[in-house]
Amino acid sequence: MATPLLELSDIYKTYGAGTGVEVEVLHGIDFTMQAGEFTALIGPSGSGKSTLLNLIGLLEPPTAGSYRLNGRETTALPEAELTQLRATSIGFVFQFHHLLPAFSATENVLIPGLIGQGPVTRERREAARDVLRAVGLGDRLDYPPRKLSGGQQQRVAIARALSLAPPLVLADEPTGNLDTHSADEIFALMRRFNAERGVAFLIVTHDPRLARRCDRIVELVDGTIAGDRPNTADRGGEHLHAAAAAPPA
Amino acid sequence: MNFEWVVALRFLREGRFQTALIIGGAAAGVAVVIFITALVNGLQANTLKRVLGTQAHIVIRPSEEVARPQREPATDETLLPRVEARAQRLRSIDQWQPLDQALQAMPHIMAVSPMVSGPGFAVRGDATKSIVLFGVEPDRYNRIVAVEEKLVAGEYRVQAGEAVIGKDLAKDLGLSLGDRFRLVTAETDAPVSDTFTVTGIVDLGVRDLNRRTVFVTLRTAQTLLGLPGGASQLDLKIDDLFEAEDIAQRLEAQTGLTVESWMRTNEQLLAAINAQNITTRTIRGFVIIIVALGIASVLVVWVVQKRREIGILRAIGATRGQVQRVFLLQGAIVALAGSAIGCALAVAMVVVFLNIARNADGSPLFVLTLSPWLFLGAVLGALIGGLLAAAAPARRAAALDPAQAIRM
Repeated sequence: MATPLLELSDIYKTYGAGTGVEVEVLHGIDFTMQAGEFTALIGPSGSGKSTLLNLIGLLEPPTAGSYRLNGRETTALPEAELTQLRATSIGFVFQFHHLLPAFSATENVLIPGLIGQGPVTRERREAARDVLRAVGLGDRLDYPPRKLSGGQQQRVAIARALSLAPPLVLADEPTGNLDTHSADEIFALMRRFNAERGVAFLIVTHDPRLARRCDRIVELVDGTIAGDRPNTADRGGEHLHAAAAAPPA
Repeated sequence: MNFEWVVALRFLREGRFQTALIIGGAAAGVAVVIFITALVNGLQANTLKRVLGTQAHIVIRPSEEVARPQREPATDETLLPRVEARAQRLRSIDQWQPLDQALQAMPHIMAVSPMVSGPGFAVRGDATKSIVLFGVEPDRYNRIVAVEEKLVAGEYRVQAGEAVIGKDLAKDLGLSLGDRFRLVTAETDAPVSDTFTVTGIVDLGVRDLNRRTVFVTLRTAQTLLGLPGGASQLDLKIDDLFEAEDIAQRLEAQTGLTVESWMRTNEQLLAAINAQNITTRTIRGFVIIIVALGIASVLVVWVVQKRREIGILRAIGATRGQVQRVFLLQGAIVALAGSAIGCALAVAMVVVFLNIARNADGSPLFVLTLSPWLFLGAVLGALIGGLLAAAAPARRAAALDPAQAIRM
């Protein structure tokens, strides 16, 4: 069997270590995800979803346990290598889209490349514009974020997450701030990139309607995995949403 | 452009009000530093020019004659223990011609002029005035003290039987150009006197000098003061004013003669100049600190405001070093931009000042020179200040925990 994309075993996370008010948020998580999977991470507030996502995203280290990304143990890596790994392997989509307000849509998509590969080239600029066209923003390429709607901003965020073609995208409540229609479109977009490019998605969501459209649902309760099942529910109509999110011809 | 430049410039543009504020602050600081330095330098140059306009940078005289207690050679017993200081008679420097030659060949020495000077009286009719007789080789002395520039009447011409005199002496004796007067000296066993024609009248800028100065030829003075072929002093002009004391001490050690620099003969002036320098330096230091604190405080606020964006940048792969450099770069950019504007501002201030500060006759009160080094120094100072100011905020930005910063 191929090396799993993610392999977490016996992960613990404690906050406030040494301060006397230690809070253990994750209690021995075992979690594996294969390349190209489309997984929902659900659970009540405070169950540790965001913490787990941050650990997987290499934004913070676990207190104990082992985390392999693409077969590579990450827990002992120095900060600089973690940053490097994060840049090349993981794309982020946050709840509040988190675009840089001072940069246009195209520039926001270009930033990961600018960070990792140096000055922007004509090819990279064209590639960024292609991704934006693919998320349906061909007519908003040079708009600053404040002139885009929430759904449009989230599309830019998805384009940015995909700009360096990472094998994994982590999305924290990507539709949490959007109306139902925009949420459906964003979701369809992610499914489309999953299908077309084989990018794995791990999506934290509160919305059972969206979770039901994922291939696998992992449920986190009180810092332990309470459920992990393939989703056999009817995901009918998904292709319709995908079509709806496609750029206008 | 690489990541750091792109983001630094964009952040600066995004917060243009704050950017304008700190660039303005840096500009004001740099302008003040340059202007004050130019002003004080100008004032000092002016003062020095006035003071040194009438004196040599270094004067070499014969060493003083010292009376020693008499001793019994055999027992080394002091026979006459009480010794009176000797009266110093006018003497020539031994072997001054070879010394003159040697001095002219030395580095840093721009001009050498031999002189015989001593006391005498100027007599016209019933009036007698005490004077100081300066026997000089006119051209050589003119390079030490620009007598020619100080003429108020006539010309700087001193040949046998001719004299150039101070303007107050001329007034006291009622002398004008072409008039004759008598000089009397008492250095020799019998008083000597001779008659001279006034060829020029000078204003040396100091009342006392104007009342006593009489320039004649070296040879005439040698005769009148009883020092045939001699020179009672050698006047030197050097290239760097403030090296005078060092050079003087070196010469004193080499020649064994008495060598005095202007810095020793004008100790109070020198002390005043040093005090001024310290004051300027202090003001400069404080201004730079204030500017740096201004830059630092704005950048600190910036880092706090930009926490979320810094977190995003870190999350999508920016290293700590990159984030740190973004803020250092911002500090450097505002400092450089500010100092560029400050330089222009300083030039404007100097121009305005020169137009306001004028003598009654409309000539500039004094010269303000803006050397390129001053600008370079101010720019470098601002740059270093800006970088130091940005260091702490930059470190804070780099240390931000991306997970926390994003959650906000």
